[in-house]
Amino acid sequence: MAVIETSGLSRAFGVVHAVRNLSFALSEGEVFGVLGPNGAGKTTTVRLLNGVLKPDAGRMRVLGLDPATQGKEVRRQTGVLTETPSLYERLSARENLRFAGTLYGLGRADLEARVNAQLDFFELGPRADDKVGGFSKGMKQRLALARALLHNPKVLFLDEPTAGLDPEAAHQVTQLIEQLSHETGRTVFLCTHNLDEAQRLCDRVAVLRQGGVLAQGSLAELGRTLWRGLWVEIDTQIELGTSLRRDLSRQPGVQRVEGEATRLLVQLSREADIPDLVSWMASQGARLMRVVPRRHTLEEIYFELQEQPEGRPV
Amino acid sequence: MNWSLIWAIARKDLKEVSQNKAAVAPAVIVPVMFVVVFPLAILLLPQAFSSASGNAFSLQELEGLLQRMPPAVTQALAGLSPLQIWVVFTTGYLFAPMFLILPLMMASIVASDSFVGEKERKTLEGLLYSPTSDAELILGKIVASVLPALALCWASFVVYGIVVNLAGLPVMGRMWFPTAPWWPLMLWVVPAVATLGMASAVIISSRVGTFMESYQLSASGVVLVLALMAGQVTGVLFLSVPVAFLVGLAVWVVDAGLLWVGVRTFSRNRLFSRL
Repeated sequence: MAVIETSGLSRAFGVVHAVRNLSFALSEGEVFGVLGPNGAGKTTTVRLLNGVLKPDAGRMRVLGLDPATQGKEVRRQTGVLTETPSLYERLSARENLRFAGTLYGLGRADLEARVNAQLDFFELGPRADDKVGGFSKGMKQRLALARALLHNPKVLFLDEPTAGLDPEAAHQVTQLIEQLSHETGRTVFLCTHNLDEAQRLCDRVAVLRQGGVLAQGSLAELGRTLWRGLWVEIDTQIELGTSLRRDLSRQPGVQRVEGEATRLLVQLSREADIPDLVSWMASQGARLMRVVPRRHTLEEIYFELQEQPEGRPV
Repeated sequence: MNWSLIWAIARKDLKEVSQNKAAVAPAVIVPVMFVVVFPLAILLLPQAFSSASGNAFSLQELEGLLQRMPPAVTQALAGLSPLQIWVVFTTGYLFAPMFLILPLMMASIVASDSFVGEKERKTLEGLLYSPTSDAELILGKIVASVLPALALCWASFVVYGIVVNLAGLPVMGRMWFPTAPWWPLMLWVVPAVATLGMASAVIISSRVGTFMESYQLSASGVVLVLALMAGQVTGVLFLSVPVAFLVGLAVWVVDAGLLWVGVRTFSRNRLFSRL
């Protein structure tokens, strides 16, 4: 069963379509990234999935529940890190966590144990009784993350978790998320426009633009969808002769050959063509130094998608 | 309805308000003015002038007003000296509506801040994502506002009683305050008015964009009490025990309707649509 599932989900604010016909499914333990510029509909999607906003159309299920009618039950099992930390600055870190824990129905003894455990895990113990107003942005974000995880939610929604943080704090938060997702097997719904962060953390991504999904899938899937075939970098010890190069371009599966001297770029139909290519080249006396399939970065995929004509989802 | 959640929200709000000097300062200064400074001035100045000038205290200026008072008041004042009438009439009757202004003043400061203040401090989103129902959320906010307002009013009443009795002792010769109508006023009417003010302010706070907007709308509630006070002064409305009971009952009925409408119409969806 999918942990999160939406179909044709839509929500407008007046004439602005914040979310348009959104359909995706997340399986248990998956880290799913939602990418897009500001106003693409990422935060609205999180709000819809937590039952704090009602959809205009479409169907959604979170842990088998309908957020539109069972919002309280959904929110009991989800944790949300909002774009701004949403912390009470006049209260201490401990008081913020205690308040959140009480709202999630944690008993007194359990609450204290979990609060202390979270403060220790997020390295906030020494400042636990200080007012949050005096914390740095990075500390606030760690505390907000501690709050989102206090009740051990099955699904974690992270809305721009590193926005506004300095590189060191951002790196620290990203490491924590990586640890939380891959070590605990928790399902994570990550909204971000930090492409490096998404590439590092996400199993699959959906790219949004103006409320609609441009594309979704793993990096490899998106790369294959956007660029037909697979580029392979081949380094040889000595330059290939003209005839060998011409014969190479005629081999089964080879679509195109580029590059010069000892560095070739060969476009293949599919990854499975690589072993045959390597065997053939070796048999022709080419002294192969390195054969590396070229993976597209998320950044390349993202900008390629954003340049697609409107209304043409990939 | 989970009352522990409502109480948790209320406790958090109380803790936050207690840390906010801008909210605590007027909540201390204004009651001190109402229940200490003004009554002392009203009680002690005539005594001081009377003994300094050697002339007996006269109620000439008040006679017209006293004549317009209902029979219950004139009976209560019968047989008292002019200075005693001054003490009982001003501090025992005219000051009563002050205790209706106090909760409304608190409403305009504390309750106006509840939702819109959280929105301005960017904490509202986190609260709305909690597993509370819409009804628990708004009731928590109302309880958080009503409790300190009532505590403030009752504490002020105790201080006022001490001030009035001690400052009036040379004139009255005994502890005379509070008179009978004060009990239904403090235990029945004031909680009703506090709930009315707070519930209105919280509901307003959940529907407007800024604290100032909410504050100004909520403060307009004080105008209603000033009208009541004007009625008191002109003898139109006198808060005797039965009148106090009836006034309180009417306000509680309005409160019940207001709370029902507030809970029914409050929605995260609307709040988030404007975030």
